[in-house]
Amino acid sequence: MNIVVLAKLVPDLVEELTIDANGNALDSSFARLIINEFDDHAIEQGILLKERGGGSVTIIAPDAEGADDVLFTAAAKGADRLIKIKGDFSNVNNHALARAFAKVVSGIKPDLVLTGVQAHNDLDGALGPLLAELLEMPYIGYVSAVSINGDKVLIKKEYPGGLLAEMDVQLPAILGIQAAEEPPRYVAVSKVRQAMKTSSIEEQDASNLDPCGGSAIGRMFQPEASSHATMITGSPDEVAEKLVGVFKELGIV
Amino acid sequence: MTQDIYIVIEHLRGQVADISYIMLAAARELAQSAGGNVIAVLLGHNAKELAANFAADQVIYLDHPALADFTPDAYQKALADLIQKNQPRAVLFGSTSIGSDLASVLSIRLDLPLASSCRSFTKDGKFVSQICGGKIMAEGALPSPTALVTMIPGGYKSEEGKSTQPPTLTPAEVPALDALRVALKNYVEPQAGDVDIAKEPILISVGRGIQNKDNIALAEDLATALGGVVTGSRPVIDQAWLPSSRLVGKSGKHVKPKIYFTLGISGAPEHVEAITDSDTIIAINTDPKAPIFDIAKYGVEMDLFDLVEVLTEKVKQAK
Ligand SMILES: Cc1cc2nc3c(=O)[nH]c(=O)nc-3n(C[C@H](O)[C@H](O)[C@H](O)COP(=O)(O)OP(=O)(O)OC[C@H]3O[C@@H](n4cnc5c(N)ncnc54)[C@H](O)[C@@H]3O)c2cc1C
Ligand SMILES: Nc1ncnc2c1ncn2[C@@H]1O[C@H](COP(=O)(O)O)[C@@H](O)[C@H]1O
Repeated sequence: MNIVVLAKLVPDLVEELTIDANGNALDSSFARLIINEFDDHAIEQGILLKERGGGSVTIIAPDAEGADDVLFTAAAKGADRLIKIKGDFSNVNNHALARAFAKVVSGIKPDLVLTGVQAHNDLDGALGPLLAELLEMPYIGYVSAVSINGDKVLIKKEYPGGLLAEMDVQLPAILGIQAAEEPPRYVAVSKVRQAMKTSSIEEQDASNLDPCGGSAIGRMFQPEASSHATMITGSPDEVAEKLVGVFKELGIV
Repeated sequence: MTQDIYIVIEHLRGQVADISYIMLAAARELAQSAGGNVIAVLLGHNAKELAANFAADQVIYLDHPALADFTPDAYQKALADLIQKNQPRAVLFGSTSIGSDLASVLSIRLDLPLASSCRSFTKDGKFVSQICGGKIMAEGALPSPTALVTMIPGGYKSEEGKSTQPPTLTPAEVPALDALRVALKNYVEPQAGDVDIAKEPILISVGRGIQNKDNIALAEDLATALGGVVTGSRPVIDQAWLPSSRLVGKSGKHVKPKIYFTLGISGAPEHVEAITDSDTIIAINTDPKAPIFDIAKYGVEMDLFDLVEVLTEKVKQAK
């Protein structure tokens, strides 16, 4: 089983986000990038499948600050092959990325491609289904369990309220992973350092980054909330006192 | 080419999803600037009656056994055929487990532009999307010729998408639905928890800010003092710090407690959509810009680890 996992770096939402001078995109030079949390789950699911049924796991990440870290961390977890895609990805849309990734991914001839279900900065759909259609593979998203069954995979797809649908999917296929069957494993920094010595990152160039099919953004802005919480301030003691006052007003203490 | 706005109705096991009504309301706003009709597209099998309360000018009904339950392949084929034939101005999909499997694929297959995470439309027909966990809005002209749009809740009320007047239903021809690569096997019911969080009046809800499983005890103590139960955001459940029956949000449960008390939850749209029916939301977060403060009644900008134990003690004393 030849498994490919695509990993994306996204701005850390705990940091302040800045809009660029043109007012229509995030200023990527300010953002601190971290791995999209669902990609951590996609990597975990890929490794779990390999541990259960054999095969190899290839991780592909675009060239961005932190990409090497993401790739070597995946290697420390058990990934076999690391690929970094070179190109200028600042403010590139997913349609362009999908076309660029299609070449690289089809070259690997995967049986199964895993992506994160989505990323928080998408404005033109998700890479997984765009890529799936370019590669003429089926796509299913919101997946939280995968088992391989000959030339098919049996997957669990999440619906609201905890309902799941079990579906049979013909391989090769692309799945958008919402959650791995186990929480993503932790690897010690020492193991990542070791992976840096023992594994290597292959580089491939992204071909034409054609954005057509996306949607043009005229303006980006921070939401102007129609209301805001009444902020309770003071020392922890004072705040706790005031909150108890709120609870009393609401009749629960 | 028409100016009509199509809505791909989502339904699951005989139940129309709320997002369908929200999209019907959104389509009405968009149709006013575009100048076309609001047309609901219902795919199903023996499912006509689902359309009875749609606030739509027309319902296009595609009836086929392979459309009885959602599978991506069959829905994509049926919709591709319809969109290609009728060329509406826009097609709205839910940014959901169903819609997300359709919109991107159709964008490539039909070579049509896509705008995602749209929350509302402006009076002059621009889409306004909410991204980055609710911290950024992006606005753009509705792309041409046919815009595919995925929608999140929050901008319209589902009641606005309902009508007491049944709309006209027009059956449409369904193309051959063969060579399908995906098959539905069965549904797996959610695991029943020890409590039904949708019915609990006091919820102490923990987010990633709680840091690890051991710290959940802090929230448990506060919940016990207040007579409530502990719930969590998606990362907390995905790390297995709490069981899945305690998940609040888009993929978990919608809750409507008297008090929803959040500890280290940022207020991402996928979480917020399920808590807006709470009477009083109280939020503790170290980030003054956390979106949760925009919907909370009371907020505390503080490290939860400085506050929670003190608060639990004070609640115990007050009882
Ligand atoms: C398809 C899909 C479905 C989803 N479904 C759901 C769902 O059902 N439910 C859900 O919750 N999410 C869901 N999500 C995930 C959602 O997008 C967010 O990622 C998630 O809600 C974030 O959870 P959080 O607020 O706990 O974590 P974060 O967004 O990481 O926020 C943590 C917050 O804690 C604060 N904090 C950190 N340390 C402290 C401290 N010591 N004291 C006080 N505050 C602190 C930080 O400032 C931050 O605001 C879904 C996502 C997708 C793509
Ligand atoms: N630039 C990228 N590089 C690698 N993988 C990506 C990239 N963009 C998206 N992906 C993959 O597609 C998933 C969904 O992200 P998105 O398409 O942005 O919603 C991510 O979780 C990744 O698995």
